[in-house]
Amino acid sequence: MDRTRDTFFALLVLVGLWEICALLLDSMALPEPWIVLLDIIAALAGGNLLDDLAISAVRALLGLLLAVAAAVPLGLAIGAEKPLRKRLSPFIYLLYPIPHVVLLPLIIILFGIGNLSKIFLIALIVFFQILVTTRDAATNINRNYYYSMQTLGASRLQVYRHVILPACLPKILTALRISVGTSVAILFFVESFATTRGLGYRIMDSWGRADYVALYTGICSMALLGFTLYLILDRLERRICRWNRTG
Amino acid sequence: MITVHSVNLSFAHNGATLPVLRDISFHLESEDYCAIIGPSGCGKTSLLFLLAGLLQPDSGTIDITGSPRSGTILQNFGLFPWKTVSQNIALGLVLQKRPPHEVRRRVDSLLEEMGLSGFGEHFPGQLSGGMQQRVALARALAIEPDILFMDEPLSSLDALTRERLQNLIVDIRQAKGISTVLVTHSIEEAVFLGRTIIVLSGRPGRVLQIIDNPDADTDNFRQSDTFFQRCIAVRQILAGEVDGPHA
Repeated sequence: MDRTRDTFFALLVLVGLWEICALLLDSMALPEPWIVLLDIIAALAGGNLLDDLAISAVRALLGLLLAVAAAVPLGLAIGAEKPLRKRLSPFIYLLYPIPHVVLLPLIIILFGIGNLSKIFLIALIVFFQILVTTRDAATNINRNYYYSMQTLGASRLQVYRHVILPACLPKILTALRISVGTSVAILFFVESFATTRGLGYRIMDSWGRADYVALYTGICSMALLGFTLYLILDRLERRICRWNRTG
Repeated sequence: MITVHSVNLSFAHNGATLPVLRDISFHLESEDYCAIIGPSGCGKTSLLFLLAGLLQPDSGTIDITGSPRSGTILQNFGLFPWKTVSQNIALGLVLQKRPPHEVRRRVDSLLEEMGLSGFGEHFPGQLSGGMQQRVALARALAIEPDILFMDEPLSSLDALTRERLQNLIVDIRQAKGISTVLVTHSIEEAVFLGRTIIVLSGRPGRVLQIIDNPDADTDNFRQSDTFFQRCIAVRQILAGEVDGPHA
């Protein structure tokens, strides 16, 4: 497990740098890592950190799942079916570059201030990232793969199952990994208002109370959430796209 | 069994029409084996695509009587890199929704027949070029075709592997009594594998000559004088085309 060892080493280096910076700055705004670690343990044991972590994880995961469920089939179809591509690509072209975060007021009016609007905003933003990547991957599949399927007498649905989806999966999973970072960032944004649960709230709350150790506990937990999601996707890619490492 | 009558084909390219094949006519009996040879860009791949039903001619007719089952091996990208060797071979049968135990049995016997035992769970990217071509051959044979269409199946292989696979193609054809149509740019390959050798001109491809090569099936043909004389004959026809008034 070379990779695990190397990652652990990188973590030690980062914590070491943090320690050095904390000592040099000697500021309340940057507590030493071991103090934060103790606070994390205390918050896990006695406080409600685990609850906040869980609720944030659920919001991020549901947002990602919703986005994938909508963007992957749509992206594959737009990429692989020429008439659809011609008609729908201009819409993507116009809608993709818009900063979707600004739609928050509208989303709150439509879906209320509860979990639904938070999850919906995450899904909306990630949706476009995955849609564009999936469409481009499906557009660029080598034509000979289609000919091969045609000579074997495949139906269109079989072409999707045996060629289009597997050919695009590595790109889809890469897009998803990038989207994990986005989803956690949006998570922080949507948890900074109208809620008293979640890591984003925890960070804003401790910031407001000028409790810097608790602030870093929140930041570290959010980083941990992002890393865990990333790790899951990394494992998933190694498993599903084993063939991609053989070429 | 196959009758091609005055077939013309052209491609649209940047608004212009590019003639690819002009007035192609020939006839093949069942259990015939035919090689199509010509300079690069002469449209021989397009001719094979027409025969395999992947393209339609602009004019003229292609009659294949008795609606035989056909298997096709394309030049590149014929195998799916995301499927294992076994899954690639099984694909035609899976698409026909044959029962799993039958698919399993057929794949196992083909793996053995093609000298691929033990490689069923490998991905194509992990195999040598010669082995990949044997997988492609196995996949085409899995659906028990009456005709095998091959587009330069051996062009990327080294000389020894190439001769070994040429012998394998002869063995399979004789054992199973199937017709083969092979596109090649190698004179030796055309003479070795074609009872009927169709020589095409440079683009747009016309039939320069149809050579009867009845000795192709005899033992040790590769070492015989007839083999060398036929090669010289084909070479002269092609050389006349390249240096002649059409060039």
